[in-house]
Amino acid sequence: MVAKPQWRAVAYAGAVLVLLPLLVLALSWNTLDSTIWNHLLQTQMTRLLGNTLVLVLGVVSGVVLLGVSLAWLTSLCSFPGRRWLDWALMLPFAVPAYVLAFVMIGIMDFAGPLQTTLRGWLGSDFRMASIRSTGGVIFVLVLVFYPYVYMLARGAFLAQGRGLMEAARILGHSPWQAFWRVALPMARPAIGAGAALAVMETLADFGAVSVFNYDTFTTAIYKTWYGFYSLQTATQLASLLLLFVLLALYAERRAQGSKRFPGSDKPRQSALFQLRGVRGWLATGYCLLVLSLAFVIPLIQLFYWLFSSGSNDFDERYWSLIRNTLTLGIIAAVTTVVVALLLVLARRLQPIRRVRSAVALANLGYALPGSVLAVGIMFAFSVADNQLVVPLQRWLGVESPAPLLLGSLFALLLAYLIRFMAVASGPIDTALARIRPALPEAAHSLGHSGASVFWRVYLPLLMPGLLSAGLLVFVDVLKEMPATLLMRPFGWDTLAVRIHSLTAEGNWSRAALPAITLVATGLLPVIVLIRRSAHSTGGSRAH
Amino acid sequence: MSVIRKLAALGLAVSTLGGVAQAGELVVYSARQDHLIKPVFDLYTEKTGTTFKYITDSEAPLLARLKAEDANTPADLLITVDAGNLWQAEEQGVLRSVDSETISANIPAKYRSAGGFWTGLSLRARTVAYSTERVDPAELSTYEALADEAWAGRLCLRTAKKVYNQSLTATMMESIGVERTTDVLQGWVNNLATPAFGDDTALLNAIAAGQCDVGIVNSYYFGRLEKADPSFPVKLFWPNQEDRGVHVNISGAGVTAHAKHAEEAVAFLEWLTTEEAQRVFADVNQEFPANESVAPSEEVAAWGDFKRDDVNVEVAGRRQAEAIMLMDRVGWH
Repeated sequence: MVAKPQWRAVAYAGAVLVLLPLLVLALSWNTLDSTIWNHLLQTQMTRLLGNTLVLVLGVVSGVVLLGVSLAWLTSLCSFPGRRWLDWALMLPFAVPAYVLAFVMIGIMDFAGPLQTTLRGWLGSDFRMASIRSTGGVIFVLVLVFYPYVYMLARGAFLAQGRGLMEAARILGHSPWQAFWRVALPMARPAIGAGAALAVMETLADFGAVSVFNYDTFTTAIYKTWYGFYSLQTATQLASLLLLFVLLALYAERRAQGSKRFPGSDKPRQSALFQLRGVRGWLATGYCLLVLSLAFVIPLIQLFYWLFSSGSNDFDERYWSLIRNTLTLGIIAAVTTVVVALLLVLARRLQPIRRVRSAVALANLGYALPGSVLAVGIMFAFSVADNQLVVPLQRWLGVESPAPLLLGSLFALLLAYLIRFMAVASGPIDTALARIRPALPEAAHSLGHSGASVFWRVYLPLLMPGLLSAGLLVFVDVLKEMPATLLMRPFGWDTLAVRIHSLTAEGNWSRAALPAITLVATGLLPVIVLIRRSAHSTGGSRAH
Repeated sequence: MSVIRKLAALGLAVSTLGGVAQAGELVVYSARQDHLIKPVFDLYTEKTGTTFKYITDSEAPLLARLKAEDANTPADLLITVDAGNLWQAEEQGVLRSVDSETISANIPAKYRSAGGFWTGLSLRARTVAYSTERVDPAELSTYEALADEAWAGRLCLRTAKKVYNQSLTATMMESIGVERTTDVLQGWVNNLATPAFGDDTALLNAIAAGQCDVGIVNSYYFGRLEKADPSFPVKLFWPNQEDRGVHVNISGAGVTAHAKHAEEAVAFLEWLTTEEAQRVFADVNQEFPANESVAPSEEVAAWGDFKRDDVNVEVAGRRQAEAIMLMDRVGWH
């Protein structure tokens, strides 16, 4: 086994990465702008906190309900279309929240085709619930974020194997009882991880809630910065957001306790429940409904805008947008998965409190709004450039010393790493939790070294989790907008940047082209990885 | 040791090539979007050979980047929309004072920083839009009148979090006082047909669809929709023609405090104020040229002449925080 102190160092290094921008957040508290704080507390904070709480509760309820039910159906049940719905239900993951937001408003708001058509049929005084409402925001964010829970829960259900469920059935449990008493508790870590990602994504979201003009706590962060031009107060608010997330994650981790449910060694060979007749078609219909709302209908609207707008924005620079987007996505995915794997292993192999705390700290970046994270890195790197890099160049005799960190690709990739560490950690941690301790111990007793145990035992078993992690990070980086906008070097515009450029000034229909391209770019890895994930699960029968 | 030092220096020099602007190159940070500034840059490149590297983002992040980069910033020029943002950039010390007779001659003082830190390059009116099917323009008069009960359930507004509305509020506070402005804004909020929209395009479409009858928008959003559909059932109205006139705001630019190519930046800025550049800069987004000797495009001129509010646009920045607090207190979200 690898020497213990090294794993401790790995965990601490991960924590330091996140501490870099957090230090900027903490330093913001050295002075307080009482005028702004008093104003926020008097006129805004109650409403913003209320809105945020309602939104988070709504999104969590929605993504768990949707994600778990869909995962259950596609992994344990047989019904018409299951084979392709299995992977198709991941497709919405390629759609950014801000894109789905403006598409849904475009379709469903008063002036949109849905209500316009209904008024034509039912009379001009027809009214329906507004999409631009609390319910509307929750609806859109649930459709955007359920894939996190779906993917992780589905993996957990598949890994449970056939034997346990069959044992439960033999012992007299009905399918429902088997679900509630066996399958669900065992999948709980995966569901919790997916829900935690959805919560952090919801809290950090600014793009979608801006389109809806729905004010959350994050709105106060941006408003304080953009409107009052008090970046200091904005970072103070961001540090409070981070504190809240820290407490919530701690509570979730405590609730989970130390329960471990090693996976069965008999992965499922066929669906356990045969849904026939009406029940089968109801299952199909339910899956198709979700898929249509989250993916098919929005894509149709985007294509409609694309073909009706007439203006052709497909110029020679478009290919550089695609290339940049893919390059950043791939590099970030590989880097983040490697670092996340090291951190998860550190926590597993060196399970002392300090290491656990350091690893948890490394996952906090996901809750920070992208712009705030970017600013934290920016100021940290500015200090590094001014205090280290430029003086070093002068000492070396460089004629025109220039900053190398701020404005570099390294800074942007670091922002992605910090922000998406939690995304990668979830599936890896879940996959690791399913490896029975006996396996590496057996390998040890057979004389394998620590490194050999990693390559021969851990890596093959972790591969589905690693691939899932890579997928999640890749697609998230594709969709990422605020940090990319602020930190990208010259010539590194991405598809998300192009979408922002068009939507910032209300050019919704022209944003259809980059939005469709972004979704298409994200789709291929989603499809390939889901299918491969299915094969990997089947392949593990060798154990 | 000297050999090692030189080799290291060479390595560093090679690695910096990508980030340092070359001679004949200007580096621009722009809050104005790519498709609006690129035509202007391309024209200037064609005329002078000067090339551009630019980054686009929202105003506040760009300012944060400029401040973080400090003396090391590669940026020569900051281009942004709204006088409030330009004023803020000046206050934060990221712009330098430019003394240019060309700029002073071409752009009226009310659209420029008193200290020469920035200049307006184009104007947009934030004015009233109304349904041609349900509103007789004779019913309309002033911004303030939209607070009357006659407009209950008929008004649409854009979010208070957009700087355009903050600047409108700030200049109203300056012109008619805080107390009167409070009453007007409260009346507007009371008259809302639906919660405030995220953007002006959606607002205009809502008027066209019948969700509301009047709204307050930037003129170029209307221009864009009218261009796409000449029969679009909404028109612009110019309020307050009997008193202070229509609220206008600027998009403009300033040379950065630590510009590496300050002379070239000033030359470009001066060119931007000339008729040739003004025509492109304003027309690309259906705005009005800030240079008053340059006529607006035909499609913009077709909206009719109007009296402009003469309040110095600097007020938009100076009173922005105050305006935001006021909007919050009346419940304009």
